[in-house]
Amino acid sequence: MSITVLKPGLLSSFQDLGRKGYQHLGVPVGGAMDSRAHRLANLLAGNPQDEATLEITLSGPTLRFDSPACIAIAGAALGPTVNGKPVPNNRPLVIRQGDVLAFGARTAGLRAYVAWHGGIDLPVLLSSRSTYLRGGFGGYKGRALRTNDVLRLRSPLDGPDLDALARELWNIKIYLPAPLGLAPRSAVRAMPGAHTSLFKDKSVDDFFSSEYRISPQSERMGYRLEGNTLELKSNAQLLSEATSFGSVQVPPDGKPIVLMADRQTTGGYAKIAHIASVDLPAIAQCMPGDALGFMPVELQEAQALDMQREEAFEQLCQALAPVRRLLQGD
Amino acid sequence: MPRVNDAVPQGWTVVPQGDRALLLVFGDGIAVEVGRRCAAAAAALRQAAIPGVTDVVPAFNSVAVHYQPRPSCSGAAFRQLADEIESVLACTLDARQAPAAGRQIEIPVCYGGQFGPDLDEVAAHCKLDAADVVRLHSGQSAYVFMLGFAPGAPYIGVHDKRLAIGRRPTPRTAVPAGSVAIANLQTMIYPNVSPGGWHIIGATPSILFDPAKTPSTLLAPGDTVRFVPVSPDEYLALKQEQEREQA
Repeated sequence: MSITVLKPGLLSSFQDLGRKGYQHLGVPVGGAMDSRAHRLANLLAGNPQDEATLEITLSGPTLRFDSPACIAIAGAALGPTVNGKPVPNNRPLVIRQGDVLAFGARTAGLRAYVAWHGGIDLPVLLSSRSTYLRGGFGGYKGRALRTNDVLRLRSPLDGPDLDALARELWNIKIYLPAPLGLAPRSAVRAMPGAHTSLFKDKSVDDFFSSEYRISPQSERMGYRLEGNTLELKSNAQLLSEATSFGSVQVPPDGKPIVLMADRQTTGGYAKIAHIASVDLPAIAQCMPGDALGFMPVELQEAQALDMQREEAFEQLCQALAPVRRLLQGD
Repeated sequence: MPRVNDAVPQGWTVVPQGDRALLLVFGDGIAVEVGRRCAAAAAALRQAAIPGVTDVVPAFNSVAVHYQPRPSCSGAAFRQLADEIESVLACTLDARQAPAAGRQIEIPVCYGGQFGPDLDEVAAHCKLDAADVVRLHSGQSAYVFMLGFAPGAPYIGVHDKRLAIGRRPTPRTAVPAGSVAIANLQTMIYPNVSPGGWHIIGATPSILFDPAKTPSTLLAPGDTVRFVPVSPDEYLALKQEQEREQA
């Protein structure tokens, strides 16, 4: 019924689609940084899309399975292995009792997501199983994994013939619809906002045409960017107001910060643009040191792209019905 | 600021904030009347339970509505939602009608000394005695405009103009939980140990945020607060009581 953490990895925390409905109380949404990969992992493991997955960063954990399970890994290519043998991303994988899941060298991306069929037994706090690291609550004891932590499966895989199950799952052809892939982008799409006109014209031009570099001081709360500094036309103080995932705020030092999953619910800095939701997973997979550019997109187009991705998830969900039947059927 | 719907006669604009949120803006500047309209609009929108809306976040002069894409409104999600919001507000938000009052909550504060290391500095800056600062801060009830900064952290105001002081030039890296701090005629109470740039004039034993409780926060936007001065002994007694309750 359990999984033992042999090594915790760099930063491994449980995340779901976030703590929605509490922002007016100052509670950050949190949730998966790359919600696309999180949802993929869940669907491939036969789960609903909002089940908590383990978000692992750069250098993954080593986990020993003390009971059988079905898992799926999606997102960054972090060299996953089971008992030392490489296993693929984007497939349901049957894990036997005693197996060890480990990660090796990164070849692409930053964050991978491990979903367990049936989920891990974690308390629901304010409608979510997401870990809010800064607040110290949610997920597994409100923190990242540590050595010797024991994770409990909510509904263990107890079918008699794991080999047959593994074979049948392997025989299911899985095609990811194109909008669910993560094509590398030289520039992410961003919309001007209500504050954009407060910036000097040159700063707006710089933002949309020059290259930025992701600073080492970037984490789940925000990505700090190095590059051309951005200036306001006047230094009038703004009143604090709500922020969004992907808002690009500019503090007085002129260095933009892209607000990410664990962002504060409100802020008082001017926001030069808002990144299209469809491109947020691409940023979530960027490493400190990576280059990043921005290109303008119209609201209508951003929403159409967002909707296309939602429809692709709907298609995939229907296509994976055989996986769910196999996992739930025995 | 682009105005989306000019047909609505009275005071607010709807502007997109990216592709999954929009902002309703009610007037500018900090004023309790504007804050109350924001709180009333937020309450009406929450009540309306518009499909796809996940969060409604009032602030000083704005209300943010966070939403999820809905298959039914492909390509025009913002427009459609903006129209739905306009009709909810047009029905429920009448400028002539005073919005329902929030709760009235007393917050005990031990002012000065180790609990309020900046009290004397604030008094000197405002050309007042420390006792005057306490009297002015606790003598008037104040309004909870919004929660932000941290879970359960309230922005409370507007205080007497004689308490005018900006932020500290250099923020502290760690402010103790429960610190009651002022800046720009407002009070912030720090629910947890966190960095902070406001002037700490006291501390409260009240617990501002407990995720395991319902509701999880002591305050909500729209509430009215009165700060009640307590002695260090009373502070410690209240704090022990709170801790026993939590255990």
